[in-house]
Amino acid sequence: MRLSGKNMKTILIIVQKEFKQIFRNKAMLPIIFIVPIIQILILSYAATFEVKEVRLGYIDNDKSSYSRDLISKFEVSTYFTLTGEYTSQKEGQDAIQKGKTDVILEIPSNFERNLIKEKQTALSVQIDAINGAAAGVENGYITQIIQGFNNKIRMDLMPYQPQQQNVKRIQFTPSFWYNQTLDYKTFMVPGIIVILVTMITFFLSGMNIVREKEIGTLEQMNVTPIKKHQFIIGKLLPFWILGIFILFFGMNIGRFLFDVPLLGSPVWILLFSSIYILVFLGMGFFISNFTDTQQQAMFIAWFFVVIFILMSGLFTPIESMPAWAQKITEFNPVRYFIEVIRMVMLKGSGLKDIMPQLIKISIFAVVMNFLAVISYRKTT
Amino acid sequence: MSISVKNISKSYGKVQAVNDISFEVKEGEIFGLIGPDGAGKTTLFRILTTLLLADSGTAEVDGKDMVADYIDIRNHVGYMPGRFSLYQDLSVEENLEFFATIFGTTIEENYDLIKDIYVQIEPFKKRRAGALSGGMKQKLALSCALIHKPKVLFLDEPTTGVDPVSRKEFWEMLKRLQQKGITILVSTPYMDEAALCDRIALMQDGLILEVDTPENISKRFPTKLYNVSTDNTYKLIQDLKSYDSMHSVFPFGEWVHYADENKKFRPIDLQDYLEDKEHTNINIEITEPTIEDTFMELSDY
Repeated sequence: MRLSGKNMKTILIIVQKEFKQIFRNKAMLPIIFIVPIIQILILSYAATFEVKEVRLGYIDNDKSSYSRDLISKFEVSTYFTLTGEYTSQKEGQDAIQKGKTDVILEIPSNFERNLIKEKQTALSVQIDAINGAAAGVENGYITQIIQGFNNKIRMDLMPYQPQQQNVKRIQFTPSFWYNQTLDYKTFMVPGIIVILVTMITFFLSGMNIVREKEIGTLEQMNVTPIKKHQFIIGKLLPFWILGIFILFFGMNIGRFLFDVPLLGSPVWILLFSSIYILVFLGMGFFISNFTDTQQQAMFIAWFFVVIFILMSGLFTPIESMPAWAQKITEFNPVRYFIEVIRMVMLKGSGLKDIMPQLIKISIFAVVMNFLAVISYRKTT
Repeated sequence: MSISVKNISKSYGKVQAVNDISFEVKEGEIFGLIGPDGAGKTTLFRILTTLLLADSGTAEVDGKDMVADYIDIRNHVGYMPGRFSLYQDLSVEENLEFFATIFGTTIEENYDLIKDIYVQIEPFKKRRAGALSGGMKQKLALSCALIHKPKVLFLDEPTTGVDPVSRKEFWEMLKRLQQKGITILVSTPYMDEAALCDRIALMQDGLILEVDTPENISKRFPTKLYNVSTDNTYKLIQDLKSYDSMHSVFPFGEWVHYADENKKFRPIDLQDYLEDKEHTNINIEITEPTIEDTFMELSDY
């Protein structure tokens, strides 16, 4: 490859032409500017696993000071909202069936008397477990509140045996590193930025060359003395720039709208993403060599994107996948970028920490672009 | 020789698109490839413009080998595909500038070559190519194909779908380009345009039937040709086809062209025959064969 003036000029005019076409395409500007904002806003707020506002109904068969005390504990908890009192178990079950409440707490009659006289009693809790994950979390909350109530009662009833209590219980205070308040958005926003960069660079580059095939301009380009590398660089460079732009755009939304920390140096994210984008530009180019219409290219790109996203560790941790699926994720470039962006932003990782991912993504980039270039022919 | 084609063949699966074709085009000549859709004209164009590799055979364009010197060929030919294939979302000016830069030249450098054509679309130079009318698109495409001063110009059905006035103008432009020393290979399904070429090749089903000047091609018609007309053209064709010494019959504009096997054919006999068949308003007159007649004759339609 000679980097002579004429060579550069040819590449530049193609880049210039691409940008003109991108900005003249009325559907393109919203994709580039509005879609990222909407996706980050909606996904970050909506795609949360935190369980809040659990609706709790109760059946108080005891109507004692203890039972009222327990219920008020739920009332003051920020996790629960009370839907009201039900008079019978059947009524409570109906409420769950109709989706009016998520949890039914039933306090048996003689709750207070048994606690005082026999030092023990039982409670019944019914949870709507349509969403298993949420039900588990709700159970945890309920257990916590009842535990707290239990300790207080114990103190009231057995004030003279403090030592025994200490022996029985191990106190622990968890400390959540890198995300102390367990803020879900801190965790999600970096991942969503990755998805955005991936989709925009992959889809746009994939469809771009096919589009020239569709409208016949590719043939016109092919009879010109333009060289293969000039064409490829000229075609892909604009989308590389666009990808980097989306990255900056997304990271700024994350910082200023969501207060996502940026502990590490953004240089490492930039370094990683500049190679990462090449992987998807290469893939997009590769797909466009084997398709004739934008529609075909889009379907194939979607197929890969869906797999990449679901197996990226964005929504479900890779550690909880079966072993074979974990093996597959080794070949998922999205996975590595999500790891890297979270490490750098939340943990403050440096070049040394992200080196394994950087090496892998570089190999992907070389392989993918090699395949793309050899499969592109000016003659058929 | 500007273009020399030797035994070129190309097939797509079982379809033989171009079958062992050979011909030569002299420098500064307007050479026409005449034939119906599916004759193999576009395939031949794609081979000669280095877009497609032939299965067998060799070709030279401007003295350069089609395979070995393909990059050189791309620098020195202009190609205008049958379908408008410029960037519709770029303006007239931007398209021209883009192609000029790709070829390492500028609009100013070769402006004199395209001037005649470009001045007609220059008032619309800020308009996007997609918003131009058919005739203007074609002029822009020709300007873009000429911007690097090619030695050979390939025009694949340039006038298909263009109005008669624009077609006439377009051929006048080609004549002027020829005077500037550019060799032009043009394909067309219109027989009337064939007469405007210096030489033509009649193509059908991937074969070349005949190569000659339009005049000579017309003269190849083997017998005398008559214009026949009556009030009922449909019945006339049926009846002529069942006439004993019939050689060929086909409709030609408002007339029916009739040729007879018999050297001693007398129009008066035909007149009697047609009167017997109850035709009215019978006209029979001798006429000069055209390229279309020869084409029909050679292609056994």
